[in-house]
Amino acid sequence: MSDTFTKSMARNIFYGGTVFSFLLFLALTFHTQNALPKRDNRAAITPGVTHGKKLWETNDCIGCHTLLGEGAYFAPELGNVYKRRGPDYIRAWIKAQPTGAPGRRQMPQFNFSEKDLDDLVEFFKYTAEINTSHWPPNIEG
Amino acid sequence: MRYQSQAVAKPYFIAAIGLFIAQILFGLVMGLQYVIGDFLFPAIPFNAARMVHTNLLIVWLLFGFMGAAYYMIPEESEAELYSPKLAMAMFWVFLVVGALTIVGYLAVPYARLAQLSGNDILQTMGREFLEQPLPTKAGIVVVALAFLFNITMTVLRGRKTAISSILLLGLWGLAIFFLFSFYNPTNLVLDKYYWWWVVHLWVEGVWELILGALLAFVLIKVTGVDREVIEKWLYVIITLTLVTGIIGTGHHYYWIGAPEYWQWWGSVFSALEPIPFFAMTVFAFNMVNRRRREHPNRVATLWALGTGVMSFLGAGVWGFLHTLAPVNFYTHGTQITAAHGHMAFYGAYVMVVLTIISYSMPILRGREANSPRAQVVEMWSFWLMSVSMVFITLFLTGAGILQVWLQRMSDTPLPFMVVQDKISIFYWMREWTGVIFFIGLVVYVASFFIKGDERPA
Ligand code: HEM
Ligand code: HEM
Ligand SMILES: [Fe+2]
Repeated sequence: MSDTFTKSMARNIFYGGTVFSFLLFLALTFHTQNALPKRDNRAAITPGVTHGKKLWETNDCIGCHTLLGEGAYFAPELGNVYKRRGPDYIRAWIKAQPTGAPGRRQMPQFNFSEKDLDDLVEFFKYTAEINTSHWPPNIEG
Repeated sequence: MRYQSQAVAKPYFIAAIGLFIAQILFGLVMGLQYVIGDFLFPAIPFNAARMVHTNLLIVWLLFGFMGAAYYMIPEESEAELYSPKLAMAMFWVFLVVGALTIVGYLAVPYARLAQLSGNDILQTMGREFLEQPLPTKAGIVVVALAFLFNITMTVLRGRKTAISSILLLGLWGLAIFFLFSFYNPTNLVLDKYYWWWVVHLWVEGVWELILGALLAFVLIKVTGVDREVIEKWLYVIITLTLVTGIIGTGHHYYWIGAPEYWQWWGSVFSALEPIPFFAMTVFAFNMVNRRRREHPNRVATLWALGTGVMSFLGAGVWGFLHTLAPVNFYTHGTQITAAHGHMAFYGAYVMVVLTIISYSMPILRGREANSPRAQVVEMWSFWLMSVSMVFITLFLTGAGILQVWLQRMSDTPLPFMVVQDKISIFYWMREWTGVIFFIGLVVYVASFFIKGDERPA
């Protein structure tokens, strides 16, 4: 790089550019915060959903599954599982684990109560109705 | 070693390498569970192995960054470390907290761990990469603050260089953005939105400042090129990093419920993120070509150049591959993501930590460089690990392309588990290549024990 472009010029551009980018990011975040109520299905957040999310987290479901495409890639996407399988199938599935089929990937038994299962299903219904701009591409997730 | 207190870096580096070994072993366990699903079930369920694998990665990289800072800052500041005692105390705190956490993941079911560790006081657990119990998260904050206090005081008392300011900025940023891990609203969209302020703003933001500072430091040492030139480059590179990377966070906001304009902001800015990685590669090669001395530590130079190339491939090329919204629509959350995650983490952060260790460890052990024989062995480990990581990435990419095709693009999409069965050959190949990676790591460790004629420092 030429000598007319000095280190202190480079430094000033760095600080200026960083501050500008961060402020722009904050402005976009502010706008997003205001736009979210129309998209994030917050009206559906009930105590059941809150408890369902807690169960989702305290059993580390994200350690095998994706939720809206984020998480682990070992087991199916669950953001849309409510639409793919429906409430009864979900409850029966969780209760029946592990399958114990030899060589097949295994899901643990979490010993949920009936109320826990209700809340998880409610949580999945809530996530399935978030406006994700038509993702995933099809029902298989 | 120019300053006595630089010696505290050594235990940090040794711990880093030890945890790295454990990380890879758990990677191999998971790799096998991918194809033999009931392997070690229910003793070690996949999600437990994954937490161990990814959290160990983060923790050993943090050990590496801290060790690097303790080594570099006294030399940059031309002053002894403010408090070597504090640094050693924090080493043990961090090691014990880390070890207990891993034991917790493996010894009790996660729900029980959450209950025992006070997750009900403030629910932060059970989110990817941020699975740590509350006391661990608090421990990380305490260690980070004590560490930052220590090195900031050292810098304030001594010479201020661009490298040390950039390193400090990166490390402060690391600690500050980690605070978002304590924010976990029930609203899933908000949860995810700010989760990325830890994850993305780390690896594609402040960590890149740390990466740049470490690389620049080693390049000055091994090439003897003028500091003014290197630091000017460094500023240019990190400007490009943050100007593209901050708004580039938008590439994670396409499908999680955020407004659709993020598809534009995210695609445009993140598509430019490879530029600073490319600049870093050009920078490293340029400086080595213009070198004014032949440093006897040849293998450290090799690691530095390797960091440039592999981070460009992993973060730049594999990142670009899936970052545009219309592509990401199909690849989001598939093996393509895993392929990119592996090569980017390895190429950028694993390699830069191994670069600084390769440069400084011989000096910490009382010599300018290791014997030529030890260096040749270390070079073997460089090639074994790097080439196997390239192949791991290629196999996962192969798996990912088929997965996208069969499960997402086909007119008759197949269910997830059916597709996983069909592509298992790629997972087998990934696992065997992982074994070679592990052999490379063993060779790396062995290189520390090889004697020969060494020049005193
Ligand atoms: C060499 C042997 C390795 C094997 C067999 C292996 C295997 C795996 C597996 C199976 C996963 C879980 C994927 C899933 O969620 O379904 C994973 C995740 C991960 N591994 Fe490794 N790994 C290895 C080495 C490494 C190395 C060297 C690094 C760091 C450079 C690394 C970093 C990661 C990261 C960051 C994730 C999370 C990826 C994501 O969320 O997209 N792994 N690994
Ligand atoms: C050294 C720097 C980088 C590292 C360590 C890194 C690592 C990762 C990891 C681990 C993930 C998976 C996160 C998860 O589990 O959900 C990820 C996702 C992603 N990365 Fe990077 N990355 C880096 C740089 C980049 C760059 C420069 C780009 C773009 C050019 C990029 C584009 C993406 C995209 C689009 C995703 C989301 C994938 C999806 O939708 O599933 N990354 N990255
Ligand atoms: Fe990102």
